[in-house]
Amino acid sequence: MSGLITRRNFLRGTAVAGSGLILAGCDQFDFLGARDNQVRQVMEQANVLTYQVQRALIGDQTLAREYSASEIRQGQRPNGSMDPTTPEYTFLKMQDFAPYRLTVKGMVEREVSFSLDELRNMPARSQITRHDCVEGWSCIAKWTGTPLGSILDMAGVKPQARFCVYHCYDNIQRTLSGDILYYESSDLVDAYHPQTILSYGLNDQVLPVANGAPIRLRIERALGYKQPKYLHTIELVDDLSPFGRGKGGYWEDLGYDWYGGI
Amino acid sequence: MTDNKSLPGSRGPLIYRQSIWTRVTHWVWAICLFFLLLTGLQIFNAHPALYIGQQSGFEFDNSILSIGAFNSDAGPRGRTTIFGQSYDTTGVLGVSGSAERPSFTAFPGAVTIPSYRDLGTGRVVHFFFAWLFVATMLIWFVASFINGHLRRDVVPRPADIGAIPRDVADHARLRLKHGRSYGPLQKLAYFTVFFVLFPLIIMTGLTMSPGINAAAPWMLDLFGGRQTARTIHFIVMLLLVTFFVIHVVMVVAAGPINELRSMITGWYRASPGTPTTQGDKP
Repeated sequence: MSGLITRRNFLRGTAVAGSGLILAGCDQFDFLGARDNQVRQVMEQANVLTYQVQRALIGDQTLAREYSASEIRQGQRPNGSMDPTTPEYTFLKMQDFAPYRLTVKGMVEREVSFSLDELRNMPARSQITRHDCVEGWSCIAKWTGTPLGSILDMAGVKPQARFCVYHCYDNIQRTLSGDILYYESSDLVDAYHPQTILSYGLNDQVLPVANGAPIRLRIERALGYKQPKYLHTIELVDDLSPFGRGKGGYWEDLGYDWYGGI
Repeated sequence: MTDNKSLPGSRGPLIYRQSIWTRVTHWVWAICLFFLLLTGLQIFNAHPALYIGQQSGFEFDNSILSIGAFNSDAGPRGRTTIFGQSYDTTGVLGVSGSAERPSFTAFPGAVTIPSYRDLGTGRVVHFFFAWLFVATMLIWFVASFINGHLRRDVVPRPADIGAIPRDVADHARLRLKHGRSYGPLQKLAYFTVFFVLFPLIIMTGLTMSPGINAAAPWMLDLFGGRQTARTIHFIVMLLLVTFFVIHVVMVVAAGPINELRSMITGWYRASPGTPTTQGDKP
């Protein structure tokens, strides 16, 4: 009987297999959504592996692809915060960002700060790059700004500094216990990458509020949430745990991976 | 040793068909693909549309698939648009769940991990099993090359190609042979999975990584842009699901106990008339 099967057996077996497929869906694995779940924490090590392997395989200076002007086919799609409502930001916006200053502090030889005019008068870099949102969509736009590396050199990064923390004006989330402000962080490889710029221009226009005016950081080899908008302070640190919930960024605190290069 | 040569109704020999490498990698893959599929649908739900090209058209149209919901007089409806053709997919895609508590996700929570919207967790689980999947594949390739599984069962030979029409006819009549190595259609199916679909889904997955894009921009050109790579990743997923369904149907058709035993213990009851060799059991 092993070789032959009847049509009835075949149909019965197919029905059994089919119902198994429908039953596959489930909420048994919802525990993986809990940040403190141990299985999840083991799985998160895969993101550490991705970070280490990509850092080892990809040159620190290797550039993200730059596109031709003809590939700018639409405006840069904004998402996340699009019009922050914190008093500090509202005040700046009313003044057309004239009083704005970008501050570099923390583990630096000297704390420095720059006005928008000072930043715009420094050597600039323009790049037409693809913005990849973690949700899955992509959008090509031209970004113009000051390379972050030269700003960091002016401040003089101390040898013990390992990360840049980027503090932003936008209240990405409003809770009963107050606003949660957006923040991000990166290692110094991303901070010193030639395409990492403090952008003040988008598609040859002044950077609009919806896209992060007056300054949005671009880290071109990472996903969109690693490109903080409404940036005001860059803090050099050796430890990310004192900020937010300690994972290195607003979205990281909600369970997203810190590296963001995949 | 008993003589089991060709008495009518007698059983074929019990042969050691699947090595430990084949069996372990098979089940690790089964687990990986289960989680990769369900977390992949979770990730897709974060932006349930597919495009052709480098970018996603918001001010122009290069989308080939989108799943969404809209309001009608009769309540919310799910709508799936493929190549410009819209279909009402209420209950399955776009809108699912009960009328009192509708859920507005592209794929319903029953086929995503987690069952609720959680892109961050979906990515954590997806990338964990992606690493495991790739590592298992490397182990399988090396082991199968060394132990002969590749040339015996997977890579089709010219004779296999010639035998395909007859094998198709045999399958159509559900006359399935249980030999020492795989049949022509089996070889073709597994060759496609291992040498086309698996490499393709890994490569298109990597092409979605901005880090890998910097290191290997040629992959963007190979697949025609990041968004095309994402679309191909999705299509290969559909092909792998199709393979899975056929795979399970064929296991059932070919004798599920025998097939499962061979993938758990390695021992497989061959068809009557299969010549015995050393190491076989009666």
